[in-house]
Amino acid sequence: MRPVDYVRPLDVAEVLTLVAERPAARFLGGGTNLIDLIRQGVERPDTLVDTTALPLAGIDTALGGGLRIGATTRNSDLADDHLVRTRYPLLAQAVLAGASGQLRNMATVGGNLHQRTRCPYFVDRESPCNKREPGSGCGALEGIGRSTAVLGTSDHCIAVHPSDMAVALTALEAQVELTGPRGTRQVAMGDFHLAPGETPHLETVTQADELVTAVLLPPPSLGVARYRKVRDRASYAFALVSVAALLDVHDGQIRQARLGLGGVATTPWRAHAAELVLVGAAPTDEVFEAAAAAELAPAKSLPDNAFKVQLARRTIVATLRRLRADGSAS
Amino acid sequence: MTTTTPAPAIRPAAPSRPRPHAPESGPWVGRPVDRRDGPTKTTGTATFSAEYQLPDLAHGWLVHAPIARARITAIDDAAARAHPGVLTVLSHLNTPRLKPSPARPSLLDMSTMVGGTRVDYLGTDEVFFDGQPVAVVVAESLEAAQYAASLVQVDYAPLPATIDFAAAAAAGRATPVKQSLGMPTLVGSVGDADAALGRAAHVVDLHFTTPGHNHNALEPHATTAVWDGDRVTVWDATQGIDWFRKHLALRFDVPVESVRVIAPFVGGGFGGKGSVWAGTLLTVLAARVTGRPVRMALSREAVNRVVGGRTPTRQRVALGADADGRLTSVIHEAVLRNSPVGGGPEQVVGASGDLYASPHVRLVTSMVTLDLVPNTFMRAPGESTGSFGLESAVDQLAHDLGVDPLELRLRNEPETSALHHRAFSHRRIRELLHVGAEAFGWADRTPGGRRDGSQLVGHGLALAYHPAWEFPANVTLLLRRDGTALLRCGFQEMGMGTATVQAQVVADALGIPFDAVHVDYGDSDLPIAPNAGGSTQSASIAAAVLRSAAKLRRAVSQLHQRPGESLAQTLTRVGRDVEVSVGSDVGVGAAATSVRFIATTLLNQRRWVRAASGAHFCEVRVDADTGEVRVTRWVGAFDIGTVLNAKTAASQLRGGIVMGLGLALTEETVVDGRTGRIMNAGLAEYHVPTHADVPHIDIHLLDDPDPTMPLGVLGAGEVGITGVGAAIANAVFDATGRRVTDLPLTLDRVAP
Ligand SMILES: Cc1cc2nc3c(=O)[nH]c(=O)nc-3n(C[C@H](O)[C@H](O)[C@H](O)COP(=O)(O)OP(=O)(O)OC[C@H]3O[C@@H](n4cnc5c(N)ncnc54)[C@H](O)[C@@H]3O)c2cc1C
Repeated sequence: MRPVDYVRPLDVAEVLTLVAERPAARFLGGGTNLIDLIRQGVERPDTLVDTTALPLAGIDTALGGGLRIGATTRNSDLADDHLVRTRYPLLAQAVLAGASGQLRNMATVGGNLHQRTRCPYFVDRESPCNKREPGSGCGALEGIGRSTAVLGTSDHCIAVHPSDMAVALTALEAQVELTGPRGTRQVAMGDFHLAPGETPHLETVTQADELVTAVLLPPPSLGVARYRKVRDRASYAFALVSVAALLDVHDGQIRQARLGLGGVATTPWRAHAAELVLVGAAPTDEVFEAAAAAELAPAKSLPDNAFKVQLARRTIVATLRRLRADGSAS
Repeated sequence: MTTTTPAPAIRPAAPSRPRPHAPESGPWVGRPVDRRDGPTKTTGTATFSAEYQLPDLAHGWLVHAPIARARITAIDDAAARAHPGVLTVLSHLNTPRLKPSPARPSLLDMSTMVGGTRVDYLGTDEVFFDGQPVAVVVAESLEAAQYAASLVQVDYAPLPATIDFAAAAAAGRATPVKQSLGMPTLVGSVGDADAALGRAAHVVDLHFTTPGHNHNALEPHATTAVWDGDRVTVWDATQGIDWFRKHLALRFDVPVESVRVIAPFVGGGFGGKGSVWAGTLLTVLAARVTGRPVRMALSREAVNRVVGGRTPTRQRVALGADADGRLTSVIHEAVLRNSPVGGGPEQVVGASGDLYASPHVRLVTSMVTLDLVPNTFMRAPGESTGSFGLESAVDQLAHDLGVDPLELRLRNEPETSALHHRAFSHRRIRELLHVGAEAFGWADRTPGGRRDGSQLVGHGLALAYHPAWEFPANVTLLLRRDGTALLRCGFQEMGMGTATVQAQVVADALGIPFDAVHVDYGDSDLPIAPNAGGSTQSASIAAAVLRSAAKLRRAVSQLHQRPGESLAQTLTRVGRDVEVSVGSDVGVGAAATSVRFIATTLLNQRRWVRAASGAHFCEVRVDADTGEVRVTRWVGAFDIGTVLNAKTAASQLRGGIVMGLGLALTEETVVDGRTGRIMNAGLAEYHVPTHADVPHIDIHLLDDPDPTMPLGVLGAGEVGITGVGAAIANAVFDATGRRVTDLPLTLDRVAP
């Protein structure tokens, strides 16, 4: 591993001064992603700024009935929190569907939001990758690509965003709170991650001198919600497809629908096109099929990942049907 | 030989087995005694190869070629050398060459087979596979070595490479393999299988593929080496202490007696530590060049890149049957791959000549040579993948005929082996099918599966089969006047419980309590043990233990043993200790042992077919929407001959089945067909089963001694994994109606 400086500041102001002076510094949360990438020679920071001594861990109710989740809250604490489990079970399910118990004990909310793709060409320093080394080409476009994305791709990058948590946060319309030298700003989850386009190395709106300090959840919506993750083994595998869905049916009509997709897109994907079909319609299988089809119409697949389009369609429909049943049972 | 032994009593494997005797008295053989190494390992006090602390220890780290075929044109190691703490950077530019690996392996000295590759590491500018080590950094600390390795700049001139297995096989580039005497069956023919297939009332003709697999034992390959003049001590994660020792002596051009290999504990081998790979050689080399003790534990990625794995296969299984479902023709063809610098055929088709009766059989194995890290032994090499083809095809035949797959197997139970018309030393497959079916509730299932909510539930069965072998072993056995005994034998404890089990054998053979038996192992200074491979070690060592005990009894009887007196009582009375040895490690004695071994092996092969066998029964649930397969229930009934220890035997079989779950559902070495680079060289992407993937596994053991094997033992290490792929594929077929012929059974292959 490259030699690197390590600091563990105690307050956010100190952090901001530090990173202003050291543009090649990186924040260290649980280190479950960053340390691996440093070992693999993919990330090359000169300084690690450990965030875990900052007073940012914890979950509190926010004004207006939402929740404020501190950026250094561990994934396991998030999933275990009583308020989260009772009011946002979708989020707790998504977090628990990710990684392993040991990793969740270490991983932080801020780190999870910024975790990098698992695309084999990105993590392998010997392969070309526009995300790792802009302009070097994309190994995945004509390479092995069972894990790659079918939505939000570009000619430069088809790497999947790997997070489960972020998919749930997208469906929950969370806001990300960023703190920098110019103060604090809030960015909607839907705007936080960037499509690869011609600049796949830019992944979020977070600037080098900014730090995620919290994630804010709006008050819980009506309806029932569920996170369904489809993967190659029962545990400890990234999603091939995941669906974070919320459905509120009233008098035989869908009043509200929110749909996030994981495993298929370059960013945590909000399925707006599907939601448009759903809202106002009757919760029938045909409507669910139409919603899935609308969302996946622009999907672009390669031989290795073509199965994901069908898999996503079937998983969306199955999850919505399940929610319809959950809703009528409750 | 068909024996007339009555149907064996069926005993549940572990933990309960009838214990008619007081805990301190025998017999000990068969009891589910706890492993002696258990507490040592669970408390972290067992010392593994990378944990020996030596003064002035230096650390090594590999630099790998990221290219399949090339010549090295330049190496710039200046930055690496300049890094603080770096002692040296070894490459072909500055390193003394090793002596070459034996060109042709010989049965007379089996250590000639132990080289994992024939690459002249750091002695050549040629690269033969992606991942080949081309330099080694040695430094004062692990961190310095790792970082400096990333600073070594190597330039390559690429050479043309052949790497795409499917393309090479499809292009007809496979060369047929010839059968060698005494080796597992790769080729064979009886009657005219093609003509018989043409005439058959029912035909199943299926093509299968299975991917390559990588070794991922818990402990990575690790070596610590220290030279003292021309003598070297090597702590190594090895499955074959003696073969490694001889190989190192040869490569480093020193007498065998100058090499000491120590390996009491090995954190899992599965065949991956059965050959000498780059890590071992280069650690010993680095220690020699630097004059320092050197340790090198490979990273998980390095294990994946420099240690071979299971060959991918393409198979054709064609079965012809008459109207009653009796087989008239069995054809099994397999294409495998090796490499120009090593690897070899795996016995994919062998069991197809033994498992069923058929007048016509044709077995063929052929190989393509690819510029990838050579393939190597991996738990049941060949049998694990070949059984997927054969047992899937038999299931399909049963389905086509409308016959219960269990019944179809009973109908085709052979009197003698189909291919060679040899007698079975012992064959209990009928009993296994009945025992397994009973425990599983096979008769109560709904053939064709059933639906439970959004899940499709199906059931499958497949046979397990693994040939039994036996190798010479050397031991010394000491019985002391205080009633304690010491068995000395240079095997290693790899998790199978070898020391525990052999202590049980000694206790019974000498009539003393289990706790009175001490076992010394894990060192080449001890009498030579056979490799832990081919499920042979327990039986082979037990045979030597029995012979030594007999010898010891004779020796004691000459000390005026009184009637009714136990061996220990005699020794107490006469005030003496007695030690005997069995086998000879050196000179003429060793050569005679080899010759005798070859002669008996060939003779036994001509007389009998000897094999461990089993019947797997499983239940799967397939998500009707997504195609995700989860295995929810497992029963395995096994005939491993005598059960030496019901607990360790069941663990071996369970472990085999768990590894089979990986083979069936998730494991695949993904190679980029353009570059020859393994793209999932780590445990996050190379999917072995997690606990959540493993159902309760119910093991049943016949515990019926094989009349021709020492102590009746047939070996339990590998039979468990055979047939697992087919059992699951057959259950998936039952649940979904889809016959998936490509492994792993990922959801995209299973989904509707
Ligand atoms: C084997 C394995 C399996 C996994 N499986 C899954 C899975 O199934 N699903 C899933 O969702 N995830 C999975 N993960 C990923 C895991 O969730 C992430 O590694 C983890 O969430 C990252 O959190 P961390 O705190 O450890 O981040 P770190 O590794 O510490 O940091 C990750 C990135 O975030 C940046 N960062 C950290 N904190 C902040 C902050 N406050 N503000 C700005 N930037 C910040 C860092 O600089 C770095 O770039 C898996 C990981 C592994 C190793």
